[in-house]
Amino acid sequence: MTWETIIGLEVHTQLSTCSKIFSGAPTEYGAEPNTQADAVSIALPGVLPVLNKGAVERAIRFGLAIGAHIAPRSVFARKNYFYPDLPKGYQISQFDLPVVGMGALKIQVEPLSGSSNGPGKTYEKVVRITRAHLEEDAGKSVHGASQGMTGVDLNRAGTPLLEIVSEPDMRSAAEAVAYAKALHTLVRWIGISDGNMQEGSFRCDVNVSVRHKGEPLGTRREIKNLNSFKFMQQAIDYEVQWQIDTIESGGKIQQATVLFNPDTGETRAMRSKEEAHDYRYFPDPDLLPLDISEEWKEQMRATLPELPEARHTRYMDQYTLTAYDASMLTSSRDMADFFDTCVSVAGPANAKLAANWIIGEVSAQLNRDGLEITQCPVSPLQLSSMLIRIADNTISNSGAKEVFRTLWSEGGDADVIIEAKGLRQVSDTGAIEALVDGIIAANADKVAEYRAGKDKLFGFFVGLAMKASKGKANPGQLNEVLQKKLAG
Amino acid sequence: MLNSSLKQMSAALRAKKISSVELTNLYLGRIAAHNPVYNAYITTDAAISLAQAKAADELLAKGQAQPLTGIPVAQKDIFCAKGWRTTCGSKMLSDFIAPYDAHVIEQFNHAGAVNLGKTNMDEFAMGSSNETSYFGPVRNPWNQNSVPGGSSGGAASAVAARLCAAATGTDTGGSIRQPAALCGITGIKPTYGTVSRYGMIAFASSLDQAGPMARSAEDCALMLNVMTGFDERDSTSLPREKEDYARDLNLPLAGLRIGLPKEFFAEGLSPDVAARVEDAIAEYRKLGAVTVDISLPNSRLAVPVYYVLAPAEASSNLSRYDGVRYGYRAPEYTDLADMYEKSRAQGFGAEVKRRIMIGTYVLSHGYYDAYYLQAQKIRRLIAQDFADAFKQCDVIMGPTSPSTAFRLGEKNDDPVQMYLSDIYTIAVNLAGLPGMSVPCGFDSNGMPAGLQIIGNYFEEARMLNIAHQYQLATDWHSRSPVKETP
Amino acid sequence: MSLSIADVQKVAHLARLAMNNAEIEAAKSQLSGIFELIEEMQSVDTKGIEPMSHAQDLSQRLREDKVTETDQRGLFQSIAPQVESGLYLVPQVIE
Repeated sequence: MTWETIIGLEVHTQLSTCSKIFSGAPTEYGAEPNTQADAVSIALPGVLPVLNKGAVERAIRFGLAIGAHIAPRSVFARKNYFYPDLPKGYQISQFDLPVVGMGALKIQVEPLSGSSNGPGKTYEKVVRITRAHLEEDAGKSVHGASQGMTGVDLNRAGTPLLEIVSEPDMRSAAEAVAYAKALHTLVRWIGISDGNMQEGSFRCDVNVSVRHKGEPLGTRREIKNLNSFKFMQQAIDYEVQWQIDTIESGGKIQQATVLFNPDTGETRAMRSKEEAHDYRYFPDPDLLPLDISEEWKEQMRATLPELPEARHTRYMDQYTLTAYDASMLTSSRDMADFFDTCVSVAGPANAKLAANWIIGEVSAQLNRDGLEITQCPVSPLQLSSMLIRIADNTISNSGAKEVFRTLWSEGGDADVIIEAKGLRQVSDTGAIEALVDGIIAANADKVAEYRAGKDKLFGFFVGLAMKASKGKANPGQLNEVLQKKLAG
Repeated sequence: MLNSSLKQMSAALRAKKISSVELTNLYLGRIAAHNPVYNAYITTDAAISLAQAKAADELLAKGQAQPLTGIPVAQKDIFCAKGWRTTCGSKMLSDFIAPYDAHVIEQFNHAGAVNLGKTNMDEFAMGSSNETSYFGPVRNPWNQNSVPGGSSGGAASAVAARLCAAATGTDTGGSIRQPAALCGITGIKPTYGTVSRYGMIAFASSLDQAGPMARSAEDCALMLNVMTGFDERDSTSLPREKEDYARDLNLPLAGLRIGLPKEFFAEGLSPDVAARVEDAIAEYRKLGAVTVDISLPNSRLAVPVYYVLAPAEASSNLSRYDGVRYGYRAPEYTDLADMYEKSRAQGFGAEVKRRIMIGTYVLSHGYYDAYYLQAQKIRRLIAQDFADAFKQCDVIMGPTSPSTAFRLGEKNDDPVQMYLSDIYTIAVNLAGLPGMSVPCGFDSNGMPAGLQIIGNYFEEARMLNIAHQYQLATDWHSRSPVKETP
Repeated sequence: MSLSIADVQKVAHLARLAMNNAEIEAAKSQLSGIFELIEEMQSVDTKGIEPMSHAQDLSQRLREDKVTETDQRGLFQSIAPQVESGLYLVPQVIE
């Protein structure tokens, strides 16, 4: 019997507002403890929440981006539980009337290396998003702050979050990671979150269960607070294997919340939340229903950029790029914008060339130097003028690499560098023929061997010819001339 | 001076017949002498009060006085006032020095009024007798063995005993009107959303509303002028223009249609109170009003609905008192859970705990639909009853409370009997309507009775006019329990 | 309606209120009395009635996304039971 893995995600993405969701306290990361905890954040007696328009705008943008229903009227509810980082004893969230209803996200699933359940080939999949709702973040517990005590920092309390809940549509760690990555790209793409995973701006809870194909859903366990895609893959792989082993050895899965330990690669059930939850949700009497007019929705729609999915399709249709190339280029809006600028300068005919360079050399260099595409020392304009020179045969690929290195380290203009470094390749057929004739004449013995069937010698002649041209011969032309002349 | 209206006091201050410092000292002296008996105040701070009085005198001297400049007002201890201990009648907040001002406090500060002190109240405003206060019961100035009503019992007692010129109260189910009735003073709870709840410690957010308690409708109008106003920090604050609630005080009442709900005159109403209310209605007929028999068929459900909704909201509102950031923390505990449970068990009194438990229960899994949701639906039916009634009449009248003040301790062991003392007031909060109580005579034991006037939304000025005309024709409101001369 | 001891214990725990046996017993009888009063509601047919959460049927007002608050940690923590290095201290939290 084959096992099937069922995965659903709940993603908490921090919205990029400058003030909190229900008060005017700042949301900057990394401030001294409790210096951004205003009267509302620490829940002083008598304080009241007032909703931040910026948070609602971001939720609407997200809903529109996933083609979801935007609720004309949604309601804030209180989720009641006691925890030191939850100052009011309840979290203001949305329960039965969320701001964003059912939508969907199209993802490109790539096989994951090292994942036991990763599929073999890149494929497309649609993941349904059940809902997305606005809520406030909790503070942070600082363990071991003082002897035997936990410290509470409420700077983060009240930071706006959009909780994005998927259907249990994913069937492997690879799909879960692909979905999380696509979502991560999307929230940054539409400018609603900085997506900074180290700072907790994009946190994933993963619900995992296993079943035999065709059987009803198994009991799920929720892996809390994953803040890297690598950990997500590891945690799911471990959890799936653990659940299968447990069932196969006669055990039963108990519903539980688990934490992933990156040091051991294992998941373990949390100790603190053993009791059954009874959150006693009810509509928050301090907040009135949130009404979103058709007009406001359309205003928001007008501010949305072309979305990653649309660009992905356009790149494949318009420029005949592969799905892989299109995915790489749409991994962030900045990357895609960089590519689009290049194409607009170098021309659509050079789109594939631009894609190759951006995905190849440019990305590799950025990676090496730890830079974002927006910090790329070679501007799209600089890169495009170089691409034009490759396309019109002015420079060879190796010449282009030299130009690129110079652009990267010293800047300047491709044409100037080509001239200054003498990188213009020889494309004059006469000159190449003369050069080849000379080589044939000087190496009669090798020519004879070649003509006798020693094909491997072709490379030898290419090497000689390139050396003779000081590397400037157009490689394509040289090959052609050599082949013709050697044939006799 | 003690029996002067606010208007007269203000005139005396402007005419320099008395200074605000003198007036404040007069009241501080009375508080020092009589508060040990009445226990109407939890906290006074002569230094702050006199500093405010001095500032008011400067404004008066410069001719920059507003109507309440220099007037000593008592603030219910539910309003956060920066630098003042603000306890909400609870051990939980017995050492809580508020680090900010409630909107109501800001408004009085801007008006140049003097904060005379923080008045006693039922703990977290939960009670109808002021006996649930951690700081001890308040006594009714008309009879020291009787309760003043609650939860704004300290305010009512202070106004009646002439321990302040006027006071603020809050009303979630009758907490302004019932003590006003039991202490023989005038109090109005305006339309929900008229006075900002910012800085007013929450009991049941969808019902809580602040209002004035004073010796007359005219005084209430001047107080309400200061207290109301849009506040962007309260999402339920109504964005309305400021209005002058005294503008219509002198309109005639001819043709006024008074609705008399049959449910308010049924079984459970004490004969004494019924007779005084009938007398008042007879007086209104003399003033040109006509009466209409109406029915509020769902009002009998107001008490059960209220005791689902208010505790539900309260159970959540009071979760913030956990001994972590402010307030009481138990001296000994074994771990976090123990610290929560002990701090809350020791910091809250019996009635508060009882209501937290009711609220927690009705919201808990499996009971929500049967209790909370059902209560919210009936709440709409109750509000609809009023909407229907106001098609037939301009105001509704009836008793404020089923009886006059009861004895201290009389209803302590029976929460249900205590809850029924708000039977006529609660429906008004559920609908969010304005309601007021006006003194309308005394029972055979000399204890005051109150007439309740319920208006349609935003009809406060009309209600105050109706009360004022009655107070021009009668003198119940100017009777005083204070026998000695100041 | 009458509540059981277990009901009262569960509610006391959810509400984080320490209660001894005598208190639970007393609460049981008082709460049962109150719920008898509350049960009156069950006789009403409310089919099709929209629940009423607020006194006025208005929509939420929105605040511009602006920082208006300044750091008041010193003032706020002056009334805190236990603080150290700007943190509120609580007994150790176990995850």
